[in-house]
Amino acid sequence: MPAETITPETFDHLVRLAALELDEAQAEYLRRELNRQLSAIHELEAIPLDDSVPITSHGVPYPPEICPPLREDAWQPFPDVAEILDQAPQVEEGYVVVPDIPHTTLE
Amino acid sequence: MELCDLSAHELSLLLRQRRVSAVEVLESCLQRISQVDGRPGSLEPGAPQPEDAERVHAFITLTAERARAQAETVDRRLAAGEPVGLLAGIPFTVKDIFCVKGTPSTAGSRILANFVAPYTATPVARLEAAGALMLGKVNLDEFTYGSSNESSAFRPTPRNPWKLDRVPGGSSGGSTASVAAGEAPLSLGTDTAGSIRQPAAFCGVVGVKPTYGRVSRYGLIAFGSSLDCPGPIARNVVDAALMLQVIAGPDPHDSTAANLPVPDYLAALEEGVRGLRIGLSPDYFRITFPDAVRGEYDQQPIPGEIEAAVRRAADILADLGAEIVENVPMPNTRYGIPAYFVISRVEAASNLHRYDGVKYGYRTPQPVQDLHEMYRKTRNEGFGLQPKLRILMGMYVSAAQYSAQYYQRALRVRTLIRRDFEQAFDPQGKYRLHALLTPTTPTTAFPVGAVYGDSVLMQYADQLTVPANHAGIPGISIPAGLDHEGLPIGIQFLGPDFSEALLLRIARAFERATEEASWRRARPEVLQRLVA
Repeated sequence: MPAETITPETFDHLVRLAALELDEAQAEYLRRELNRQLSAIHELEAIPLDDSVPITSHGVPYPPEICPPLREDAWQPFPDVAEILDQAPQVEEGYVVVPDIPHTTLE
Repeated sequence: MELCDLSAHELSLLLRQRRVSAVEVLESCLQRISQVDGRPGSLEPGAPQPEDAERVHAFITLTAERARAQAETVDRRLAAGEPVGLLAGIPFTVKDIFCVKGTPSTAGSRILANFVAPYTATPVARLEAAGALMLGKVNLDEFTYGSSNESSAFRPTPRNPWKLDRVPGGSSGGSTASVAAGEAPLSLGTDTAGSIRQPAAFCGVVGVKPTYGRVSRYGLIAFGSSLDCPGPIARNVVDAALMLQVIAGPDPHDSTAANLPVPDYLAALEEGVRGLRIGLSPDYFRITFPDAVRGEYDQQPIPGEIEAAVRRAADILADLGAEIVENVPMPNTRYGIPAYFVISRVEAASNLHRYDGVKYGYRTPQPVQDLHEMYRKTRNEGFGLQPKLRILMGMYVSAAQYSAQYYQRALRVRTLIRRDFEQAFDPQGKYRLHALLTPTTPTTAFPVGAVYGDSVLMQYADQLTVPANHAGIPGISIPAGLDHEGLPIGIQFLGPDFSEALLLRIARAFERATEEASWRRARPEVLQRLVA
């Protein structure tokens, strides 16, 4: 088994960045699977890639003739805004309500 | 044989001749659902019940009244002699990863379980505008993250109608199970690494992954935005062509939907394969995967009966006049999964940041000190293990200090995968293929519980399908026989960008040539039980 790339410390850092909280069993499973996936990913490192190989961010090229033209930058109101707001967990007078936002007061 | 077992094009003819009504077609599908589907997927399924293992469980939400209202409209129009759409009166199911106005649109996740979409995805809107009847939303792997449907938060999860102790595949497993069981002739799925083609192969149905950009992604809950493709699932090639005809095309709501006219997919469907060059590649007859213990790579030939099904198909196509080109090198096929582990995770993590308990979906009911604690608790309680795994991996491999090593490198490997196809399909090149013929999957449907939890092995189920997603090219999986256990074997045709019409034509030629084959008379286990 190759050495672990994602140590418990790195893992905890990632969990914080991802805005997650994990119990012990979940953390153990996820960290193990991350390391196993990274072992699979390491296969990429063996591929000879010279500098002429560009990045492909999507497979199909989008030449101008098949690119949709940009729309006019015009306001298109949604027919029923209430329907969107109804999906928010907490709303008051048209505002989405959230718990206290951590902040520091500037002097 | 009930109405619900007929194909979409047969039903369409009967409806237009007014020999059956759309309401009768709908009732037949609803009857089948009540016979075979069992209880729908739920967040609170309680204890497993003995009959759960005997049912398909394709559905999360049944929209029978919506479908009935649509059917009555179609019947009124037909009675009045008014024109109707291409799919008038044809029932379909929708993978629950598409927003449909007024329906729970859950992505198979607790975090969206209470989300009622305020708008409708373009492909669904087009199906309904063409007169098709939306029967409901079907189950999937959570956020489409899986190849077996076992990761859904909605339980019981779907089972394979051919053999109920097997998975239907995934992530469009609810879709393919519903079509295979005769609950609907059509279903709308999505394919990011094989999520239409792999479950289509496992369930013995036809699945099309269109070219990236051929079908709008508007209203599709995003996974890998550079890879996701909505596409048709049907019981035969003609029906798949009909459905693609309706859903394909430019869309002002999706700037990646190609601004290209949609050809008539039915016009040339019966024109056969004479003169077409169809390739076989040794790189699709073996799989390469990491050994969990040694951390090294093993290469294995795919099972003999799957390779035999592909070679039999090649022989049949050769008899029909196609030229079979052997030994087409596709050397970067084996890198499809490692590159996908990087690219799809970066895109997934980015797409999953929006679920924060603020604007829609689940919010933790626990008391919290501040916004950040609310985020963490909401995301911990709302996401299952598979989304969490993708978020963490995506953040790791795209972190500034690792990006060149992982993400940038994976995107360059993607170029190599694309080049394999460009060389094979180059009209001036050595191979000049119209299509590549491959197995769809390295195995037939595996047992429920056999792979789930091993996230690496599960991902390798997509090894033969994921290259098309990296390259953006279209692919179609069609049934081509049964293995020694009576489970369906799927074969796949891959072609150049926007070659759907040609792929459908090749698939149709094979379908016609094998109409009388004995394996076509086999029926899924759930349907055999209905007769018994």
